[in-house]
Amino acid sequence: MTQSSRGERLPAANSSPAAPARSAAGAYWRAVSAVLWKDLAAEFRSKELLSAMLVFSLLVVLIFNFALQLDRAARENVAAGVLWVTAVFSGTLGLNRSLSQEKDRGSLDGLLLTPVDRSAIYVGKALGNWLFMLLVQAVILPVFVVLYNQPMLQPLLLVFVVLGTLGYASVGTLLASMAVHSRARDVMLPILLLPVAVPVLVAAVQGSAGVLEQRAWDEISQWFNLLIGYDVIFLAVAYMAFDYVVEE
Amino acid sequence: MIETRALAKNFGLKPVLRGVDLRIEAGEFVALMGPNGAGKTTLLRILSTLARPSFGAARVAGFLLPAQAEQARRRLGVIAHQPLLYGDLTAEENLRFYARMYGVSDGARLTEWLERVGLAARRRDLVRTFSRGMQQRLAIARGLLHDPDVVLLDEPYTGLDPDGAALLDAIVQELAARRRTLLMITHDLAHGFALAERALILARGRIEASLRRDEIAPAEFARRYDAVVKG
Repeated sequence: MTQSSRGERLPAANSSPAAPARSAAGAYWRAVSAVLWKDLAAEFRSKELLSAMLVFSLLVVLIFNFALQLDRAARENVAAGVLWVTAVFSGTLGLNRSLSQEKDRGSLDGLLLTPVDRSAIYVGKALGNWLFMLLVQAVILPVFVVLYNQPMLQPLLLVFVVLGTLGYASVGTLLASMAVHSRARDVMLPILLLPVAVPVLVAAVQGSAGVLEQRAWDEISQWFNLLIGYDVIFLAVAYMAFDYVVEE
Repeated sequence: MIETRALAKNFGLKPVLRGVDLRIEAGEFVALMGPNGAGKTTLLRILSTLARPSFGAARVAGFLLPAQAEQARRRLGVIAHQPLLYGDLTAEENLRFYARMYGVSDGARLTEWLERVGLAARRRDLVRTFSRGMQQRLAIARGLLHDPDVVLLDEPYTGLDPDGAALLDAIVQELAARRRTLLMITHDLAHGFALAERALILARGRIEASLRRDEIAPAEFARRYDAVVKG
């Protein structure tokens, strides 16, 4: 170490530069977990994202409930649709904020400067967004049970919720990182995201409706398979494209 | 070492950099100066792998950009006028997060850096409760935590009080003494010229002058700067 003019020393690395990671896969998942931990820690402290998503979801559920209060049959028929309306709109709100906070505070540049495969940043952010969507659903589903008198807490429906929100968060995180560079990003994200996410939404709504109507697995399985297929495609495309999307 | 050849960057139809040829040797300390809109920050963003050039080639720490950007980033530290920190994390959590991203496993180094930038007593406070100058001090620790070979500084004195500025002066001089390659953007001609070995003047998207401190007096440098910028 070298003595500075103020009589202090710069903390030096044990080996210079930063020691290479023991394994590429290990370094990759360490970066993913670091990004995820950072998003969760910051959010559970500020609650900016979750509170906005939750309040919005509750409002949607309540408004639909009031609108359909006297028509029990209609309320039961549209339950799956209302569930996914709340997921989509609160999810879009969360996706927009998740990336715009990084951009506005300049921390997106800090993330992109780190020597990790940028897809690890994408995976960490997408996992965070997915978890936030799932947390909101975990609060909203019991509310549905009470207000809509629907058996929302069945395992197969939860599987559709998990897969549908995964597909939406995976493509949404990629498109939010594109939209964040635009001045009209609040409008841009839904315009970009909703058409692209249509296959996931159709499969999620149809599959959820099928479960609630207690249709046979043969009828539901096509939507389940479609959802799995689109989740894999969206994750793969986003994984490959993220680096190009975030660079100027 | 930093090298660019015929580096150009356009935003839409507007050219910002028009063929920048630059060579900074390993261990050299260079100040980059120029008027607003000259392309200084754009050049730094390309060298820090945040932006791709429209044309031309760039090499940082021996790695070609953008093909070897990830390897280059491992050897690169950036201190910008924005602190690039998370307000909802504490000072220590911010450094721990960046340490994990840079593969720095030595926890003691976090403490040493917090002490060095004078924030050890506030290590468990949220960064959003910090003043602008304190955030900039933490940004210095963030940028140098992984002991980079090449350090890019974009107006790094922004928000620092005199004591903070003196601290950064000392850190920069120590980095120079340890033969780290330094490129610093500054609008403070006298300060930049006094610190660096060489000053580059970027105007109209090109490097218009390269002047060594040991070859020209500060007053003459200021005259040359005016002539280049107005010319």
